[in-house]
Amino acid sequence: MTWLTWRQFRIPALAVYAALAAVGVVLAITGPDLVGRTEFTGDAESLYTGTMLAMYLLPAVLGVFWGVPMVTRELETGTHNLVWNQTVTRGRWLAVKLGTGALAAALAAGLLSLAVGWWASPIDTMASAQPENALWTRISPALFGARGIAPIGYAVFALVLGVAVGILLRRTVAAMAVTLVVFAAVQLLVPVLVRPYVLPATEEAVTITGENITRITGNQAGVIESIDVAEPSGAWVLTNETVDPSGAAVSPLPDAVQGCMPAPGEGLPDRQTVVGCLTQLSDLGYQQRLEYHPADDFWPLQWIETAFFLALSALLARFCFRRLRHLS
Amino acid sequence: MTALRAQSLGKKYKRRWALTGCTLDVPAGHVTGLVGPNGAGKSTLLNLAAGMLRPTTGTIEVCGGVPGSGPAQLAKVGFVAQNTPVYAGLTVDEHLRLGAHLNPSWDDALARRRVAGLGLDTAQQAGKLSGGQRAQLALTLGIAKRPELLLLDEPVAALDPLARRDFLADLMETVAEHGLSVVLSSHLVSDLERVCDHLIVLVESQVRITGEVEGLLATHHRLSGSRRDLDTLPADQHVVSASHTDRQTTVLVRTEAPILDPGWTVGRLTLEDLVLAYMSNPTAARPALEVLR
Repeated sequence: MTWLTWRQFRIPALAVYAALAAVGVVLAITGPDLVGRTEFTGDAESLYTGTMLAMYLLPAVLGVFWGVPMVTRELETGTHNLVWNQTVTRGRWLAVKLGTGALAAALAAGLLSLAVGWWASPIDTMASAQPENALWTRISPALFGARGIAPIGYAVFALVLGVAVGILLRRTVAAMAVTLVVFAAVQLLVPVLVRPYVLPATEEAVTITGENITRITGNQAGVIESIDVAEPSGAWVLTNETVDPSGAAVSPLPDAVQGCMPAPGEGLPDRQTVVGCLTQLSDLGYQQRLEYHPADDFWPLQWIETAFFLALSALLARFCFRRLRHLS
Repeated sequence: MTALRAQSLGKKYKRRWALTGCTLDVPAGHVTGLVGPNGAGKSTLLNLAAGMLRPTTGTIEVCGGVPGSGPAQLAKVGFVAQNTPVYAGLTVDEHLRLGAHLNPSWDDALARRRVAGLGLDTAQQAGKLSGGQRAQLALTLGIAKRPELLLLDEPVAALDPLARRDFLADLMETVAEHGLSVVLSSHLVSDLERVCDHLIVLVESQVRITGEVEGLLATHHRLSGSRRDLDTLPADQHVVSASHTDRQTTVLVRTEAPILDPGWTVGRLTLEDLVLAYMSNPTAARPALEVLR
């Protein structure tokens, strides 16, 4: 069975690994240039975007081009009739296919993540050190799925998802489309609905001083809706909100400080004056509440995320095996 | 020894029954023809026997086991599905390697000899073979696995008459050599006439008649004579089909006893006549089936 699986799988497998090798060469050539730099613009920036894209596309590609055809091609060409009548049960047939595919997918994603992680480490280090780059720390939602071991979980999940959808729909093209949509939906929903809650977030009440206000958000009528205070560097901040003395979030800010912003037409606001005015909030008992995952949570979150996707894959695989008995 | 035994076997697809109340006993060591019009349930029966499908009702036992129940059972049954599927991207040689890798009982010498005898180029991709060559390759995979029972679903449907004759002749040779049981289906009786010694006629999802070809031919007679009422026939003569003109009556009857009435001209039947009579007269089914059992 291993021989046949390899014979059928070698072309798609080699195609993906060849593409990965090409990416690896580009990263190996450009990587050493980044070390020691503090400005990443031009080529480095586009390459950086490219690596992000590659990290997120790879699992989808594996699901669509490795996972889906694995079973649908047999069903569409009728060759399942041939292979299921050799001295190998369908269960073993699927186990070998799925096992080989999942291992190859895990390896591909792991290698790419390793290469990208190495290449981007100067950028990641800089982002974690600078609070104003909080969006680009490796724990932030945008990067989390493109670093560490989570991509391995995504790749295995996408592959098994492709096989499962293929078994369900029995049509290659339709199954490819559905796999892509479902995988994208899971990728979008997990960072919002699952990841923030799998570990208890660090909560902190911060006194509002003039210096730590980093952002003031107002609406068109000149009402100040919210302010942000400085966030710990390298962290993934979930909430940054003003709370009243009883601990309830307030938005817009109380009337007492609404006069801090000059009305439209009264000239440009002066930061010193506005910020100074806003510190009244502290005197009134208002505080800023921060909720975040510190940079140290990165690896625990990675392990949990990977385990979560591997568990989803196991559930899907179970479904595949159950469903396989009813195929003909 | 029975190769295949079914007890009130039935298979229902979403809404339609493809096979109902099928009770059968196919003895081992025979070449059994499964005939019936398109859509009669031939493929369904063979797929059930191979374990590709699971029965909705009843039971089926093949070579003493439940079809598709495990490697041991799979080893005993060879199945060449309709349209003789092969992997288009694999060469003939790779198909033989596939067989060798997937079957502990694989007879590589037999497979190589057959492929050489058929003049197949082992380096050629299976997708580029002709229909007849593809069927031969699929059959080779089925035979070299050395099963006890070989199930062939319309193996010659896609072949021209010459390839059809060669395929069947070759199949017969192999059967004689290895003593395996074969069940093959076709909607053409003429294909089966030369090779089968056992017959199952399937019409509208039901078994119409089953038995040994020789016995069937010996017990069926075509009687023609002056026009008369069929009620006048002896009780042991079962009418399969009847037709009347103004002056003449022709009936096809099934009886164990000799025809004694001198008013009849008794004609011999060919297998095709017999099968067609059963196919076109659904009502004749029940009594015939009961008597045979």
